[in-house]
Amino acid sequence: MKYVNEKDINEEIKWAQINTDILQSLQNPRKAYWIAIAVCLAMLSCAVVAEVYQYQTGLGVADLNRPHMWGLYIATFIFWIGMSHSGTLLSAILHIIHADWRKPIYRFAEAMTTFSLMTAGFFPMLHLGRMWNLYWVIPYVSDRGIWPNFRSPLVWDAFAITTYLTSSALFLFIGMIPDLAICRDNVTGWRKKLYTVLSLGWQGTDRQWRHFRKTYMLMACFLIPLAVSVHSIVSSDFAMSIMPGWHVTSFPPYFVAGALYSGCAAIITLFILLRYFFRLEEYMTVALMEKTCKLTFAIAMVWTYLNLVEFGATWYGHDPVAKEVLISKFVGPFAPYFWAMMFFGSVLPFALAFEKLRRHMPTMMIVSILLNVGMWLERWMIVGPTLSHAYAPEAWNFLWPSIVQWAIVFGSFGWFGLLFLIFVKVFPCVSMYEVKEMVFHRRREAHAEVAEKFHRRAADVQQATGRPSVEGA
Amino acid sequence: MSLNNILTNWSRYRKGAEEGGFHEYEHQWGMVVDLNKCIGCNACSVACYAENNLPVVGEKRCGKNQAMNWLRIERYWDEPDLEPYNATPSANIDAWIEGNPPAKKTELKPSMPSSYLPGLLEEGGQNFEQRVGFGGTKSEFQDFGASFLPMMCQQCHAATCEPVCPVAATYHTPDGLNAQVYNRCIGSRYCSNNCPYRLRYFNFWSYYEDAWPEPLHMQLNPDLSVRDKGVMEKCTFCIQRIRVAKDKAKMEDRKVIDGEFSTACVQTCPTGALVFGDMQNPDSQVSKLWSYHQVERGKTKQSKQNKELRGYRVLEGLNTDPSVLYLERVREV
Repeated sequence: MKYVNEKDINEEIKWAQINTDILQSLQNPRKAYWIAIAVCLAMLSCAVVAEVYQYQTGLGVADLNRPHMWGLYIATFIFWIGMSHSGTLLSAILHIIHADWRKPIYRFAEAMTTFSLMTAGFFPMLHLGRMWNLYWVIPYVSDRGIWPNFRSPLVWDAFAITTYLTSSALFLFIGMIPDLAICRDNVTGWRKKLYTVLSLGWQGTDRQWRHFRKTYMLMACFLIPLAVSVHSIVSSDFAMSIMPGWHVTSFPPYFVAGALYSGCAAIITLFILLRYFFRLEEYMTVALMEKTCKLTFAIAMVWTYLNLVEFGATWYGHDPVAKEVLISKFVGPFAPYFWAMMFFGSVLPFALAFEKLRRHMPTMMIVSILLNVGMWLERWMIVGPTLSHAYAPEAWNFLWPSIVQWAIVFGSFGWFGLLFLIFVKVFPCVSMYEVKEMVFHRRREAHAEVAEKFHRRAADVQQATGRPSVEGA
Repeated sequence: MSLNNILTNWSRYRKGAEEGGFHEYEHQWGMVVDLNKCIGCNACSVACYAENNLPVVGEKRCGKNQAMNWLRIERYWDEPDLEPYNATPSANIDAWIEGNPPAKKTELKPSMPSSYLPGLLEEGGQNFEQRVGFGGTKSEFQDFGASFLPMMCQQCHAATCEPVCPVAATYHTPDGLNAQVYNRCIGSRYCSNNCPYRLRYFNFWSYYEDAWPEPLHMQLNPDLSVRDKGVMEKCTFCIQRIRVAKDKAKMEDRKVIDGEFSTACVQTCPTGALVFGDMQNPDSQVSKLWSYHQVERGKTKQSKQNKELRGYRVLEGLNTDPSVLYLERVREV
C-alpha cells in the first residue's frame, strides 16, 4: 500500500527536458545497438536460408505430412497476429476511455503492432505450396471471371490482415506527426530531410491541432472494431472447420483475449528494454509498469477463464471425438507442451499480482518472456493436437516439426527485432507531445494556480501579438 | 473485359453461393464397397497408382505419412488382447493365434471409445472396436480379426473441403463429383485439414523427376497430368474415364450405359467388392444396391428399420453426405 500515491510521472518535468530526453534516443547508436542488429540479421538469415531451401524443394522439407498439413507456420502466424493487438489496446481503446497513463508507453506498442503484423503476414504466404500464385486470393478482375472463394476464412484473413496492417501503420504515422515536427526542428543532415517530408508541414497551429485530434480519434474508433474482428477472423480458420478441437464456438473471444495477453506481455518486455537501454526511467516509470502489469494480469485471467470454458464445454458436451482430442492434449504426446502452456499462461501471471515482483524489473523481464512462450505454445496446442488426433484413426500420428520449420519461426523473431530496432533509432519511441499533455494535466490537478500561470490554453489570446497561441508543438 | 461481363459473372457467382451448388445433376457418380467381399489385397490401390500417375514416394517419405495413395486399405484389428502401443504387437498376436492367449485380460488398457467412428458403429455392432494397425504377420487375415476398409475420396455432396478453399480450386461438378483443379490450387492445404476422412493428399515434393525413372515414365497415363509440388490431389473417381465415356455417349447420341466403363479400382477388384455407377440412373447396379440397403442421400440419419441391411456411410453423423456406400462385414461370433 505504500505506493498508493505514487505518481505516474514526475509532473515537475520541463517540456524542453522532455524533448531533450526523448531526442537523445535518436542519437547515433552505440556498440550494443549494432550488436543487436547483427544478432537479428543472423536470426533472419537462418529463416531466409530455410525458406529458400523450402521454396526450391517443396514443403516436404518442413516434415509436414498428411494429417499435419499445418504446423508451426500457422501457429506462429496466430502468435504474431495476436501480438499486434495490444498496441491497439493501448493506443486506441485506452485513448478513447481517457486513460492517460498510456501516453508514455503507447508509441512503441503501436510500432510493435505494425511490425508484428508485418511478421505475421509472411507465414500464410510461405506456408503455401505454390507461393507464386498467392495473388489468386485477391479478388482482382480476371478475364476468365474467376473469383476467390469468399466463403473461405483464408480469404477473410487476407482482407482482415491487410486492412489492419494498413490502418495500424496509418494510425502509427498520424499519431507521430507532431513529434516528427519536433524532430525536424532539432536535427540536421538526412534526418532533417526525412522528418521534413514526414511531418507534413506541421506547425502546431490551432487549426492543425483540431484536425489532428479529430483524425486521431476517428482512426482510434475505426481501429478498435477492426482489431477485434481481425483475430476473430483468424479464429474462424479453426472455428469454421469441422474438426474436433477446432470447431469451438468460444474461439473468437478466446483468440482476442489470447492476443491481448501475449501483446501486453510483449509490451512489458519491450518496456523494460527501452527503459534500460534508452535511460527513459523518467517516462517509463515503475508506476506505469505496475499499471501495465495489472492490465496484463486481468487479461490473463480472462484468457484462463475462456480456456476453462472451452475445456468444460468440450468435456460435458456430447461430442466424443472432441473430448478425445482434449484428453489427448492432457495425456497424449503433446502433454508436456500443453501443461507448460497451462503453467505459463494461467499460473505464472499470478506473479503479476504481487507488488514486490511487479516492481522488480529483472523478474518482470523473465516473467513476461515466459508468458509469451506460454502463449506461443497455446497457438501450437490449437493447431497440433487436432491434426494429430482427429476423426480418421488411420491418420493419427504425432509430428515433431523439422529444423526448417524451427529456423523460419526463429528467424521471424529476428525480422521483428530488426524492424523494431530500426524504428527506435529513426522515430521517437515515446510520444513527446502526449507526455507533455500528460504532465500538463497532472500539473494542473496538483497545482492549479501555478499551471494557469505557466500555460495558456491554445485558444487564449497572446499578449504580444494579439493572435491565438500556437503553443504545444 | 466489359463491365457487363463482370456483373454477369458476379451475379452467377452470388447465385451459386446462395443456392449451394448445382441442383440439377447430369449424373451422380457413386460407389458401393462390400466389405464382405473385400480381402484386403490392395489390388485396387495398385490399379489407382497405375491409372492416376501416382508417384511412389519411397519408404522414407511413406514412413513420414507423405505417401500419395488415393485409395488406401485401412486395416483395423478387433482383438481385445492387443495392446496397441506395445513394442512387439505382432509377436503378441502370433502367440495368441497359436493358442497362447495373453494371461491377464483384465489388465488391458481400455480401447478407443466405441463412439469413435459413429457411422461405422451405428451399423457395425459391438465388435467394431477400432485399432490402429500393424501388420506383416498372420494377423493380416480376416479370420484372425483384421478388418479392411478401402477408403477413397467419398465425393461428399456437402463436402467440408469445398467451402474452405480460398481460391475455389475444389468445387462440385454437375456430375456430383468433388473436383480438384490442380492448376488453380495454391496449396494452402486447408481442404485436407477440413476433410474428416483425411483423404486429400498433398504433393510435398516434386516427383516428376525421380518417381518414374526411365523407362518407367513410359507407363504414365497420358489422359491426365503429373502433378508438381505444392498441389493438393485426391481420388477423382477416375474422371478421365468418365470424360471419355460421356464424350463417346454424346457422339453416339445416347445416354451413358451402366457398366459401360468403371474406375480403375472397380475394374481391378478380384472379388467384385467395389461397384461403381450413376446413381441418377435407377437401373444401375449402384442405385439398386443403395435402394436395397435403404440408404438415402442427403440424410444424416437413415430411416431404415431392418437390422439385417448392412449399408452405412463412413462418419455419416457429420452430415457430409458421402457418395460411397459401405456394406458391413458379417462375421461369425
